[in-house]
Amino acid sequence: MSGNTTENEANGSGNGRERVLGALRSSLGREELPAAVRAELTARLSSPKSNLIPARGDGSPADQVALFTEMAEAVQASVVRVPDDADVPNAVTLYLAQNNLPSDMVMAPDAELNRYPWATRPMLNMRRGHAVDTDQVSVTGADMAFAETGTLMLTSDATRPSTLNFLPENHIVVLRAEQITGAYEEGWRRLRANGEDGAFMPRTVNLITGPSRTGDIEQRLQLGAHGPRRLHIIIVEQ
Amino acid sequence: MQSTSHDFIARAQKGLVDEDLQDALGRFRTGFSVKRSEAVARLPEFEALRDKAVEIKNHTLEHLDFYLERFASKVEESGGVVHWCVTPEDARQTVLDICRAHDAKTVTKSKSMIGEEIALNPFLESNDIEPIETDLGEYIVQLAGEYPSHIIAPAVHKTKDQVADLFYERHKDQGGGKRLEEVDELVDQARAMLRHRFIDADVGITGANFLVAETGTTAIVTNEGNGDLTQILPRVHIVLATLEKAVPTLDDMSTILRVLARSATGQEFSTYTTLSTGPKRPGDLDGPEAFHVILLDNGRSRMLGSEFREVLRCIKCGACMNHCPVYGSIGGHAYGWVYPGPVGAVLTPNLVGLEEAHHLPNASTFCGRCEDVCPMRIPLPGLMRRWREQEFDAGLQAPRYRLGLALWAWLVRHPTSYRLSSAVLIRALRLLGARRGRIARLPFARGWTMGRDMPAPEGGSFHAKWRRRSRA
Repeated sequence: MSGNTTENEANGSGNGRERVLGALRSSLGREELPAAVRAELTARLSSPKSNLIPARGDGSPADQVALFTEMAEAVQASVVRVPDDADVPNAVTLYLAQNNLPSDMVMAPDAELNRYPWATRPMLNMRRGHAVDTDQVSVTGADMAFAETGTLMLTSDATRPSTLNFLPENHIVVLRAEQITGAYEEGWRRLRANGEDGAFMPRTVNLITGPSRTGDIEQRLQLGAHGPRRLHIIIVEQ
Repeated sequence: MQSTSHDFIARAQKGLVDEDLQDALGRFRTGFSVKRSEAVARLPEFEALRDKAVEIKNHTLEHLDFYLERFASKVEESGGVVHWCVTPEDARQTVLDICRAHDAKTVTKSKSMIGEEIALNPFLESNDIEPIETDLGEYIVQLAGEYPSHIIAPAVHKTKDQVADLFYERHKDQGGGKRLEEVDELVDQARAMLRHRFIDADVGITGANFLVAETGTTAIVTNEGNGDLTQILPRVHIVLATLEKAVPTLDDMSTILRVLARSATGQEFSTYTTLSTGPKRPGDLDGPEAFHVILLDNGRSRMLGSEFREVLRCIKCGACMNHCPVYGSIGGHAYGWVYPGPVGAVLTPNLVGLEEAHHLPNASTFCGRCEDVCPMRIPLPGLMRRWREQEFDAGLQAPRYRLGLALWAWLVRHPTSYRLSSAVLIRALRLLGARRGRIARLPFARGWTMGRDMPAPEGGSFHAKWRRRSRA
């Protein structure tokens, strides 16, 4: 056991860590777990098993795209499907026009988004970077999406700043049909491929299901509480 | 937070005659519960997921020391700092030390019941740091100088008109303008008022729904997005969590997430589930520079070794209060502390003492709906009964109540006297209700007959009927 870690000195109560762990062990009626049990629990953590996963997310890729769309629309996201990369800039332009939005946008510096021929729409005025207060429209990709509940998974890194997902009133997500899968567990499996022994998590993982909302006044649903008022998902079928 | 739970009976009576509260509760009683039952009906695996969630949490509690150590070491590996705090004072002081180290003037907060439990806001204010609640419901109760009346819907006790008055009053110096009438206008105004507070804040404080041991990740579940703006904009992110929030893996968290939102608001999934691991990484364009987790015990380790261990499975969904006829009649403030409703009736005596909170476990008809809907299958009525037993042993009830109980106990142990007195009582009641077939006012139970009539007895007692039937 490591007794004197620096963080304990910061909390002013002496050795908080040992006091809390000691109290837990005394309530559990034992000392620190024996090595064999610790090894067993460590193994449970290093090769995590999925628990029960609802059957609704099973099915063919086409079923999953259909379920994802249905679930996302049920929580007031708008979803369009386009045949291939070349149609993405058009879909963005159309969405901006339909919602009377300016053509100034902030887009993640994510290289994945470079595959779309933005230059075909020179009127789209795009800045690449993180979002600031005045941005009205953001464009990002997504890591994955889960059909089960119409949920997007977005992770942060140097090219995918999280502010894009929350500050602007309009969030446009370009998703590829093959990124849609059944259940959240597939997302964890994918993240785990990036590192061993639990060291694979980006700073922020956002699971996003529809635009921001609140029911805090008389339980009446209102979109756009603090995050985006609109979430628009463009699925590239290809 | 200072408890007023000892004053439960007077506060409950006040709630019953508060027209605005009754108006708000009228909407509340059908809102969440209908949505929950619809969400449950859409997911055939729901009951099996509950069983699995219970199993995960039981396993975690049995090995809580191990999982918390692992969680802490993973947080540290990702560049964060874990502070183990025994008492609310430790936790408050730790938050203040962090704020001071970063020279903080303002702190944005997303909803955290632990923040309420340790009374963080008044403490920060008294140390010249301004806390700003950003969840709409929390913002409303902060403006009103109140505290949450529900763990997931803090302002559920307020009507729209009350919020409109409050916003008009409190926003007029900040360019709020005229009194707003509509819900969407009120939400927009709160959004506008809080916008620059998010951007200017030095420190952001969130709670945690989960502490994932596998990865050293904290997770919050929200709908508004305020929890995200709270943690990605300021320089420092502080997470407040109690020990029992630990889960082993991301997969285990997923299982519990599948029952959480459905039980709480009847949503398939909350809008934002956000996983945070350490501070921003080299090259990241946004995110906090420092990441601190306050791991607070405040009685949890003691509860782990007590007959109330099972309440540590609670994931704070609020389903028990959403379905409680008592909560639905009196509202959350009557309970007098952070956690109202059935789970509060079990938790509060654990956290503020039985003497202070002994009324709460009696605020139940034992109808059992709370246990039926609890995603973590916490036997709430059973646990309340244990508190009632302890209350009796400690002699905390009113003398009149104890006398009544003693009389009853004596009667049921003396069959002849029981039969005799019940025969007399039946005859007396029949006389009382002879004219109309019902009794509008009972001499020793005025409270009970105030809202309803009692039917006059017909025929004899059950005992008498049974005897006749056996003879026949």
